[in-house]
Amino acid sequence: MVKVALIGAGKMGISHLAILGAHPDVEIAGVCDTSKMVTDVLTKYSGYNCFSDYLQMVDKVKPDAVFIAVPTKVHAKFIKDMLDRGIHVFSEKPFCLTPQEGIPLVELAKKRNLVNQVGYHNKFIGTFQEVKRIVDSGALGDIYHFIGESYGPVVIRKKQETWRSDPAEGGGCLMDYASHVVDLLNYLLAPIDEVFSSRLQPVFSNKVEDAVYAMLKVSNGINGMLSVDWSDETHRKMTTSVTFSGTRGKIISDANELKVYFRDDKCPAGYTKGWNVKYVTDLTEEVDFYLRGEEYSAQVDYFIKAVMGKVKNDINTFESALYTDKALQLIRSKAN
Amino acid sequence: MERILFGDNQFFAVNHISDEKSRAQAMRFKDDEAIIRTLDYAIEAGIDTFMCTTHERIANICDIIRANPAKYKHFKIYPCMPYAHKYANAVTELGIVGTLKQYVPGNFFGSLFKGGVAFVSKDFISIMELLIDSEMKMFKGIDTPVIFLQNVVTDLLLGLGMKDILKGYYDHVKKKYKAEPGFITMNMPKLLDMLEDAGIENPVICASINKAGFRMSGGKEVNEEALRTRNFRPIAMQVLGGGAISPKEALEYVCSFPKIESILFGASSKGNIEDTVSKIKYFDGKNGR
Repeated sequence: MVKVALIGAGKMGISHLAILGAHPDVEIAGVCDTSKMVTDVLTKYSGYNCFSDYLQMVDKVKPDAVFIAVPTKVHAKFIKDMLDRGIHVFSEKPFCLTPQEGIPLVELAKKRNLVNQVGYHNKFIGTFQEVKRIVDSGALGDIYHFIGESYGPVVIRKKQETWRSDPAEGGGCLMDYASHVVDLLNYLLAPIDEVFSSRLQPVFSNKVEDAVYAMLKVSNGINGMLSVDWSDETHRKMTTSVTFSGTRGKIISDANELKVYFRDDKCPAGYTKGWNVKYVTDLTEEVDFYLRGEEYSAQVDYFIKAVMGKVKNDINTFESALYTDKALQLIRSKAN
Repeated sequence: MERILFGDNQFFAVNHISDEKSRAQAMRFKDDEAIIRTLDYAIEAGIDTFMCTTHERIANICDIIRANPAKYKHFKIYPCMPYAHKYANAVTELGIVGTLKQYVPGNFFGSLFKGGVAFVSKDFISIMELLIDSEMKMFKGIDTPVIFLQNVVTDLLLGLGMKDILKGYYDHVKKKYKAEPGFITMNMPKLLDMLEDAGIENPVICASINKAGFRMSGGKEVNEEALRTRNFRPIAMQVLGGGAISPKEALEYVCSFPKIESILFGASSKGNIEDTVSKIKYFDGKNGR
């Protein structure tokens, strides 16, 4: 059994906790949150050992691994405290407020040989995994352009301010929302290393942007565009998609549906010349426990397996999340 | 429960395989009239039960049903609560405590806070009862013989091991609404274990059951085994496996389990509704049902 503790029982934290609670190889060693109401309910109805101080918790229950789901501004400190104690870490995204905060943590995790992952769940979605296979096979020829998009109804009116509306705490559409599609582009193509121009657009918020538009380049030379808007209520929930144009084909994929066009017969097995459509239902492996999407369970399971030494720690590592933080900083630096 | 239940995903742009189809549905069902017209097609095809989430637009549909008592004399609704996006968005904006303040009706919560938050956990089940009552308001005067807890909440409570809260839901629905409490889940075998543990016998469980094994968590075999051997009243949903299987094959599979009491499906067109109903009747006839 892997002894796991949770720091931060908000929306993502509770979701991880339920998935962990149902995992056959996990024992919930402790839960920490600053809300007494939340810890009271988890103590009474789930029987968890709850704390209000995270250091007190880990020093007392000595977990093998922790899940960190607290506001981004304290990620760096909390992660360092865990690595110093030899505890494996799964952190919610984005990794840190700045790349400068993240660099020493990447080193420390490597040095101490600890499993380190960040919750960019898109990499566990069947359609995007298939996009990765197709891109890596070279079947699209030379990819000469990409578009990465995300839309959803997060801020659809002027409203009460929380940490999510404070840029100093990691709030705003760039860090909280666009980070997902930036990370996905980094993974599917190559890390974004240049931003030509960007626009951080407020829509309903006062202090932060609600939309992000940018022209950028990834390290293997492909140019592309980013378009993200979390004030778009025409989408029922977050919708992320990528479009890649290549000399031998084109691919358009979101989390549900993958459409790929091949110009000739030299395409991967299972595909033919012209348009091909595949659905996530054909590309998804069943999970043992389902809560909000197979990807959330798969990502937790992957982390636990990495802690148990059953899989390599090479998806969503701190290092890959650091590339995402670097790209986010580049986008912010070029904003006009 | 009736053999065939009509679902509502198509009305609210819920589509598990295509965002384009989802948008097309949002356009098609923009007006309440379009929803009512489709419900009428379902009634004409012999389906008298509408299983729907407590989405705010359902309140309008309920108004129309109440206003036409003769036409909807035999019509029943199985509410599924809560409409999770409402609460999920609120939690992002207001936090968990802020969300409860916003949605728990009356001054109850205000007075609780005066008494200190520690009191909240002791009376968490009372808070849940108030939330159920607030979700049920829109159905006043409408026959709701089965009331469901949505899968995201059922499965969250399941994962967190909160069996007393599942039991609290069950007891409140029985006592206050004299209705059968139902549970929607994506983890049917695990949920059955917990409900049995909570002393709930022969529960109504609506779960993903399809030939493709789509969202049959724990594996298709374990789910099929439960359908053969365990004591519960299953409703099959997602019978088309998100579109992975042909309707004929899909319905033949679901109809082959004698234990499955009802089949839930949603469709937008008159043709698809009639076609699905006639296929279920055909396979039921073949199986001597």
